[in-house]
Amino acid sequence: MIFKRHSDLPFERDQSTRFLPWIVALMVFLGVLMFAAALVVSDAVDTWDSTLTGRMTVQIPERVANPENTRSLAGLLQATAGVEDVRIVPDGEARALLIPWLGKEIVASGLPVPALIDIKIAPGARIDPVLLRARLAETVPDITVDDHRNWLSALITLARTAEILAFAILALIASAAIIAVIFTTRSGLAVHSAIIELLHQMGARDTYIASQFQLQALMLALRGGIAGALSATIVLLIFGWIGQGIEAAFLPKLSLSPLGWLALLLVPAGAVLIAMLTARMTVLRALARMP
Amino acid sequence: MLSFENVGMRYGVGPEVLRDISFKLAPGSFHFLTGSSGAGKTTLLKLMYLALRPTRGLVHVFDQDVSITPRTELPELRQKIGVVFQDFRLINHLTAVENVALPLRVGGARQSEIDSHVRELLSWVGLGERLDARPSTLSGGQQQRVAIARAVINRPKLLLADEPTGNVDDRIAVRLMYLFEELNKTGTTVVIATHNNALVEKFGHPVLRLDDGELTIRRKSDARGPM
Ligand SMILES: Nc1ncnc2c1ncn2[C@@H]1O[C@H](COP(=O)(O)OP(=O)(O)OP(=O)(O)O)[C@@H](O)[C@H]1O
Ligand SMILES: [Mg+2]
Repeated sequence: MIFKRHSDLPFERDQSTRFLPWIVALMVFLGVLMFAAALVVSDAVDTWDSTLTGRMTVQIPERVANPENTRSLAGLLQATAGVEDVRIVPDGEARALLIPWLGKEIVASGLPVPALIDIKIAPGARIDPVLLRARLAETVPDITVDDHRNWLSALITLARTAEILAFAILALIASAAIIAVIFTTRSGLAVHSAIIELLHQMGARDTYIASQFQLQALMLALRGGIAGALSATIVLLIFGWIGQGIEAAFLPKLSLSPLGWLALLLVPAGAVLIAMLTARMTVLRALARMP
Repeated sequence: MLSFENVGMRYGVGPEVLRDISFKLAPGSFHFLTGSSGAGKTTLLKLMYLALRPTRGLVHVFDQDVSITPRTELPELRQKIGVVFQDFRLINHLTAVENVALPLRVGGARQSEIDSHVRELLSWVGLGERLDARPSTLSGGQQQRVAIARAVINRPKLLLADEPTGNVDDRIAVRLMYLFEELNKTGTTVVIATHNNALVEKFGHPVLRLDDGELTIRRKSDARGPM
């Protein structure tokens, strides 16, 4: 029935409502991309965080590196409190890590490479890398102990900043959408003032009139929201498809989880909700000022 | 039901259109409102249907002082008032049925209760064939009947009609008057502004007469006096 009958106000005739779906579509498009970027970055940071905390790497410079040194250090580490697991990184693997930076030829041509020992720290345990280094240096001098903290914390700071920026932009986009809805609604109020006066004369409450604008905003925003979300999805799928080709050992996979895809629906849903509420508030406030 | 005490009304800084108007309408009464063009009939009705507030004096509608009635209480009062506007004020993008249904919808009635009721009333005023027509495709007299149907559809406690028979022939005018009298018999207070002296004579209800912004009341007994 509701689809059959006409709205009391002839919205389809006013110009101002024509461009609202386009604005919403554009905003939802940008919003979804922004939100997707934020989700991917935040996922990636979490992955780095969990794979790198709880790990340390002992580096033995190639001058002093020999299987004997490595084995005795590994033995020492094994006996250290808080160490859960010790793994001597095979020479091939250590070289492979350098290939992305130096190229295959140089790495394969007998480039001197330090020996590496990976340590996994027991959950909850804390090992001070400086103290550990001092103790190990008694056996083999010149070694270094890296807990990846510096590198990781800088990266995390960068990623978090990017995330905050993404959400700030999302908020700006939402504000712009709100302003667009306010203007459309205000112009609608002006265009239809005669009918609104008539409805008031019949005893319509402000909420009755607001509901009509709200329903109209719902329809327009839904149209724009669906269009914007669909186009953004297409762009994301294309990005994902291109991204498949990039294999980087040091980068975690940049991709959206199924939950992430679902979370993206928040953007068009939010846009529709914001449009409805804004239209309603705008009408109620404008009408309350009337005599 | 309705009372005016020393009411004066002016638009902006213009002259007083109405001066020292005092009268009371008893519940269930039926009055004509006459006066030459520009005498202030529409202005007086607007004060009654709460579209205007008096510049001086007191207007009570349903025993409420309209000058101090808060905005939030106006809808409740207005839902009890049916108005036939001199210029009809039909909504052009809605059909005749939808126009007439409006007061019911505003009052929160359900669609199922609305439809048959509306169609029946429109048929009664002779528009059974034009139920789904847009106002712009109706003749002046047909539009007027839609406006009347809309004003009476929810059986208002107070019916105010501004020239409701101005665009129809005498036969239909009389039929519409019967509609108002039917409504009046069920307790509705009715005021009808009209230029049609024949109708005033025929139905013989008391007359509120506006002359140069001042009001005189002629009772039923001397309805056939000089005029
Ligand atoms: N909105 C307005 N602003 C200024 N003056 C107005 C306004 N409405 C009416 N008037 C003036 O008030 C006077 C009374 O007008 P009103 O419409 O009440 O007359 P009326 O008796 O209904 O006339 P008619 O029989 O032609 O409908 C007229 O002189 C008119 O010019
Ligand atoms: Mg008039």
